[in-house]
Amino acid sequence: MNVTSNSYQVSIEADPTLPIIRITRDFDATPAQLMRAHTDPELFARWVGPNGMETKIVDWDATTGGRWRYVAGRDGEEYGFHGCFHEVGQDRIVQTFTFDGQPDGVALETLQFEDLGDGRTRLHAQSLVDSFEGRDQWLASGMETGVDEGYAKLDALLAALR
Amino acid sequence: MVARLAVGDATVGELAHPYDVSVQAVSKHIKVLIDAGLVSQSKDAQRRPCHLEAEVFDLMTKWIERYRQQAQERYDRLDVVLAEMRSDEQPTHRRNRQQGAAS
Repeated sequence: MNVTSNSYQVSIEADPTLPIIRITRDFDATPAQLMRAHTDPELFARWVGPNGMETKIVDWDATTGGRWRYVAGRDGEEYGFHGCFHEVGQDRIVQTFTFDGQPDGVALETLQFEDLGDGRTRLHAQSLVDSFEGRDQWLASGMETGVDEGYAKLDALLAALR
Repeated sequence: MVARLAVGDATVGELAHPYDVSVQAVSKHIKVLIDAGLVSQSKDAQRRPCHLEAEVFDLMTKWIERYRQQAQERYDRLDVVLAEMRSDEQPTHRRNRQQGAAS
């Protein structure tokens, strides 16, 4: 499904000592282009996904102190997300992220666009949540249905720990 | 805690350390994990490190891989958008020329 013949790979790290997920990925684009793809609502809606879902931007003010809200939908089912833009800088975005289905949960996301020169940029995306349980649920979310016994067991476990 | 144990065996004291919780609270959580068969605790002497069973370790690995895959799909879509932006920009000379001048 890759569009370019050699698609850059995502690397991911779940920090063992902090409830943080880090993602790194290179792009054939300048930091300014990457920034535009993250802040222009029409461009953003085209790639944010998830796969097979249509994203509708409801609210969008990609400036420091602004806010955002979008709804991802498929087959009549809708999932809303919202947050605030804490900082929109030259090569950095700091924002909060909440899934409407879990209104008490909030992640602090920091996106950094590192200029590699020659029209390439490395994205560093860091998400900090408020607990390891929250992070593990987040990692587990979006798993295929048909959860096997192990997943069910762990769900029960996470419920017991809450 | 599961994430910490995925990295390596640890004592209850070590598990309690990064959290603002008591060793007693962690012990209680560990007991739930042991009862569920997800963690075992070795019997030797004082240290008694907790060990994550392979099944859970695999689960964490699967979660992370699945999450990575979603990010991969998302950013492959972003590649398409960026490629379009580049072709839109080409006629006008808006490209950043920081590196290009040297060659």
